[in-house]
Amino acid sequence: MTRFHEYLSEHFETIFRWFTILCAGTVLLIMAGMFINLAWNARLAIGEFGLGFLWSDAWDPALNEYGAFSSIYGTLVSTLIAMAIAVPMSVVIALFLVELAHPTVSKVVGSAIELLAAIPSIIYGMWGLFVFAPIMAETVQPFLQETLGLEKVPGLGRLFTGAPMGIGMLTAGLILALMILPFISAVMRDVFAMVPPVVKESAYGMGSTTWEVTHKVTLRYGIQGIIGACFLGLGRALGETMAVTFVIGNAHRISPSLYDAGNSIASTLANEFAEASEPIYLHSLIYLGLVLLVMTFFIQLAAQWWVARLKKSMGAGL
Amino acid sequence: MSDVKLPLYGEMADPTPKISVRGLDFFYGDHQALFSNDIDIAPNRVTAVIGPSGCGKSTHLRVYNRIFELYREQRVKGAVLLNGENIFAPTVKLLDLRRRVGMIFQKPTPFPMSVFENVAYGIRLHYAVSKSELDGRVEEALKGAALWEEVRDLLNRPGTALSGGQQQRLCIARAIAVEPEVLLMDEPTSAIDPIATAKIEELVEGLKGKYTIVIVTHNMQQAARISDFTAFFFKGYIIEFGATKQIFTNPHNKKTEEYITGRFG
Ligand SMILES: Nc1ncnc2c1ncn2[C@@H]1O[C@H](COP(=O)(O)OP(=O)(O)OP(=O)(O)O)[C@@H](O)[C@H]1O
Ligand SMILES: [Mg+2]
Repeated sequence: MTRFHEYLSEHFETIFRWFTILCAGTVLLIMAGMFINLAWNARLAIGEFGLGFLWSDAWDPALNEYGAFSSIYGTLVSTLIAMAIAVPMSVVIALFLVELAHPTVSKVVGSAIELLAAIPSIIYGMWGLFVFAPIMAETVQPFLQETLGLEKVPGLGRLFTGAPMGIGMLTAGLILALMILPFISAVMRDVFAMVPPVVKESAYGMGSTTWEVTHKVTLRYGIQGIIGACFLGLGRALGETMAVTFVIGNAHRISPSLYDAGNSIASTLANEFAEASEPIYLHSLIYLGLVLLVMTFFIQLAAQWWVARLKKSMGAGL
Repeated sequence: MSDVKLPLYGEMADPTPKISVRGLDFFYGDHQALFSNDIDIAPNRVTAVIGPSGCGKSTHLRVYNRIFELYREQRVKGAVLLNGENIFAPTVKLLDLRRRVGMIFQKPTPFPMSVFENVAYGIRLHYAVSKSELDGRVEEALKGAALWEEVRDLLNRPGTALSGGQQQRLCIARAIAVEPEVLLMDEPTSAIDPIATAKIEELVEGLKGKYTIVIVTHNMQQAARISDFTAFFFKGYIIEFGATKQIFTNPHNKKTEEYITGRFG
């Protein structure tokens, strides 16, 4: 045995510990580096527009005036639509797979969902533009206008005004929902499957129906995992670029109608980097990226805080 | 006087059994786990179920509240009468049967909610009660499970934050809160320490005035201490059933004797 080997085996514990610290530290370093780097490369825009960038809806490359508001608005609205549809559906799908479906059905559908989750987003984008958008324009949007339009439902009907063009905020939200649905369902299925059978049995043993066991015990038991799954999906929806860029319409516009074209932070970045000739234009785009990073960061923090609070109040199992 | 209707436990308890099992077979798919079990459970008494691992004690118990029906490959043949009514009759309401026949498991199974909510769970399920009545019933159930003094100030804490023994008594409180007639306990003390075990044994003694108790145990002393009747299971058969005293002092069957004297199992 060489001296080196001797040294290694003697100090293995220490070396290994330092190695793990180094690896963990790298993650922090990368994160800090990203913040600093983005901020540095956005410095012109930060200096020029300050925090007002966040609520300014100007976006005029000719006048070199930039504001993030329409992009933030579009990001939030499309994500909200996606979450409002995907989360409840995922809960139902996951519960069906774990609690109700025949094991064979559960296996087949479960694999299909995992496959869906693996489809690259560009495919969703293309499918959205060439297949889904025409369906929206010809069937879904006119139907919504007829049933929920301004004449039928004052107020809320504002959401469904305008020409049914197929692309726009609503289509982007729906495509996003479709993209995160398999992902959230798959995680939730695993969460539900982890609830110990004996806990469910004792709930059934009290004389509960399947529905009562599900919403009073299974859902609560898995609440941390469910929230985790939702926020993972949320993070994906916030940052999703390709699919959204294809169908959102890409206009710096804030409109109460979901049929109108809009944009999101990610789609703006994807569309406009190539055109950014002026330094201030480029810096503004990077500033926009920084805003997205901070948004995601705070959302994850909020998720963790929420889970910690729940844990304290119910001692959930996971 | 030849009384043909004498229950299997003889003359030492109420002549009308709480539960009567006749010709019970049980199948896990193709695997038969119980073979023509016959037994009578005396009302307001403790019946112990003993036998080596894998002999079918849990399987037998899980028929009484039809909890096995959660699994589609599990089937029974034979009759189980609760107060003389077959629990498999179409007139029997499954959810009400499970309220009447409560179950306590080996490991405590508190639900992911507060101590109070754990006990209130079943009450809310089966009874429409006002908030103040609910409070009263929860308190009563916790007192019934000898837990009230320990948790009266912790009612809003998660049930999982209690100690193992307290959690098990919480599960007992949860079960008795819905006013069952029978309590099934499947090795309720095998996962907790001796002091907590002693508390639960004491509790069982107290509960039998109100409830009929069937308890599975691997602890011979425990069976001898707390039960009035004992059934010895072996390979899916009920080999011997009788008064606990007789089983432990003068077993008729050689297998029973070997088991209780610790020669196998
Ligand atoms: N879910 C199941 N699927 C198939 N066979 C099972 C299942 N559960 C139990 N068995 C079988 O049924 C028989 C009886 O098991 P059971 O759990 O009732 O025994 P037990 O007396 O409670 O044992 P222990 O003292 O270890 O708890 C065993 O042979 C066991 O392998
Ligand atoms: Mg068992």
